[in-house]
Amino acid sequence: MTHASARDEVLARIGHALSGTPAPVEVPRAYRRTGEHPPGAPELLRLLTDRLVDYRATVHAASPQTVEPVLAAVLGGLDRVVVPPGLPVGWRPAGAVVDDGTLSPAELDRVDAVLTACTAAAAGTGTIVLDGSPDQGRRAITLVPDRHVCVVHAAQVVQTVPELLARVDPRRPLTFISGPSATSDIELQRVEGVHGPRTLIVVLVADG
Amino acid sequence: MSEVFLGMPAHAPADVAALHAARPFPAAARDALADPQLRRNIGAATATIRGKRAHVVAELDDWEQLRLAGQAVKAATMSRLDEHLRRLEQEVTARGGTVHWARDAAEANRIVTGLVRATGADEVVKVKSMVTQEIGLNEALAEAGIAAWETDLAELIVQLGHDTPSHILVPAIHRNRAEIREIFLREMPGADPALTDDPRALAMAARAHLRRKFLTARVAVSGANFAVADTGTLLVVESEGNGRMCLTLPDTLITVMGIEKVVPTWADLEVFLQLLPRSSTGERMNPYTSAWTGVVPGDGPQEFHLVLLDNGRTAVLADEVGREALHCIRCSACLNVCPVYERTGGHAYGSVYPGPIGAVLTPLLTGTAGNPSLPYASTLCGACFDACPVRIDIPSLLVHLRSRTTQERALPSAEAVAMAAASWVMASPWRFGWAGRLARLGRLFARRGRIRRLPPPLSAWTTARDAPAPPPQTFRDWWRENRGQP
Repeated sequence: MTHASARDEVLARIGHALSGTPAPVEVPRAYRRTGEHPPGAPELLRLLTDRLVDYRATVHAASPQTVEPVLAAVLGGLDRVVVPPGLPVGWRPAGAVVDDGTLSPAELDRVDAVLTACTAAAAGTGTIVLDGSPDQGRRAITLVPDRHVCVVHAAQVVQTVPELLARVDPRRPLTFISGPSATSDIELQRVEGVHGPRTLIVVLVADG
Repeated sequence: MSEVFLGMPAHAPADVAALHAARPFPAAARDALADPQLRRNIGAATATIRGKRAHVVAELDDWEQLRLAGQAVKAATMSRLDEHLRRLEQEVTARGGTVHWARDAAEANRIVTGLVRATGADEVVKVKSMVTQEIGLNEALAEAGIAAWETDLAELIVQLGHDTPSHILVPAIHRNRAEIREIFLREMPGADPALTDDPRALAMAARAHLRRKFLTARVAVSGANFAVADTGTLLVVESEGNGRMCLTLPDTLITVMGIEKVVPTWADLEVFLQLLPRSSTGERMNPYTSAWTGVVPGDGPQEFHLVLLDNGRTAVLADEVGREALHCIRCSACLNVCPVYERTGGHAYGSVYPGPIGAVLTPLLTGTAGNPSLPYASTLCGACFDACPVRIDIPSLLVHLRSRTTQERALPSAEAVAMAAASWVMASPWRFGWAGRLARLGRLFARRGRIRRLPPPLSAWTTARDAPAPPPQTFRDWWRENRGQP
């Protein structure tokens, strides 16, 4: 009863508040909605690398032929690596734990690294998006482990934020990642690495 | 008590402590100005963030076009706010979420308390949220025996220091590293006595302190930066990953959101996700943004509640001029550029929303009678308008609210009496000439060309500023002597 009446009352208040308001103006969208470079252009890969490095992420360049050895080198020496169920089998390090959805947060906390693919990336802001697809997994696996290794394909890299948002489905659970976790809460000085993964390693795969 | 009509826009009730200043701004500001440590801390922090913001804003050649779009999207949203909220409710419900409505702070607190109790949990982890500060949710939960753990580093510093927030983005901006170290050593169980005041070491101490909470929490409470009506998607923009922890690991997520946070479409976010990070932390993009729609089977909280809060917002909406304050995306750029905020800090405003936007938003939410001094907490220099990513004309809103506080006063103010007297004097050339000559008496109060102190009622002007000494000769007398026809 209170629930329904609060809803009706707030909506009625808004109705009163807006009575006599003229029709709204059109939204001027004169800002840049596409970049100068097409997705995957070498300029964008350089820009994405520059932005990620600026955020204190590590970037390794690879080609479709070298992606597996590059991943093996990046993950070498780590005991426990978790991977989402849909990750290409060739990328999986030996002994990787394939997430079946049952690993608890405490179990994920004992993992050394997580390896995933991504959905899209924006070079201009150095942003990578995960959407929970089978090669990216549920959100917890890319959050609790302290090291995230993420494979980005050149064709997934766009220039601008509008192009990035156009490529992702808002009805999926989305995580936009721009570098490792950070804080500026002490004297506005940026410190990388707080609660999210303290290390972000991006393997950027150029077109073959 | 005045009669209340159903459906009439309402101000935030007087018992919402976080919106009602206990003391007038001038009194609180005087104390803040007397604290040199506070002034150093805030001066240094705001100078740092101003520099970062200017650098990343200059990178975008379409910044003004983004601001114009942001302003228009918000204006268009407000003009059909009821439709967008209905659509949001429909989409969230269709995807497994539950939507609640709250007329005011007390109702929102009752709803959240009830939802937490229903889970059987006696604690919640919290993502930094202005709106839950506004409604005093932590205090309401504590009364119900539920502990609320703030997980944002700055909120944690505020909570452990038994303090109140003083900035929208960095609530502990008034604390320096040495003070934060002291708070951690005193309040954090098991803190290493060898902890240094290096920001990295302090951040790592916070990580260790909160880790177990995150991994075992069953219920989380968050705010929202944006909600997309046509998809039902909620967004939280953050840096540390504490937001992701709260939004991902618990079984139940309760999000409290002011009704003005809705935007019509997903594409509208292409504007705000560019404007917000550059304006707030001075970054091209913040480290993490989470977006979720209802409940996703097998991924994240399996129970999701959205509480839509009025608490005075409909009264702001009903003010055709003041309505613009609802466009605020809480970036805090206006605080960082404000010469008044930079000197007084946020506590002097007596509201959870300090700085230029707080000086308009707070009295709009409560009614000007609830906060009559805040519209005067500004020099009207206009820096806030230039910095605002959605072009809120804060100086004009301040003037609008000043005129309203003047109209609401029962007795005419000294200023109104002075203006009426000036009008009478200026209406006659003879009176104006003699007034000019009389003003020369003011030279008796002057030292080295400045008047530092005047007797009451003129002391109201000179307590905060000097007045120039009147010249020895009026312009009219000078003209008569030097240019007058013989």
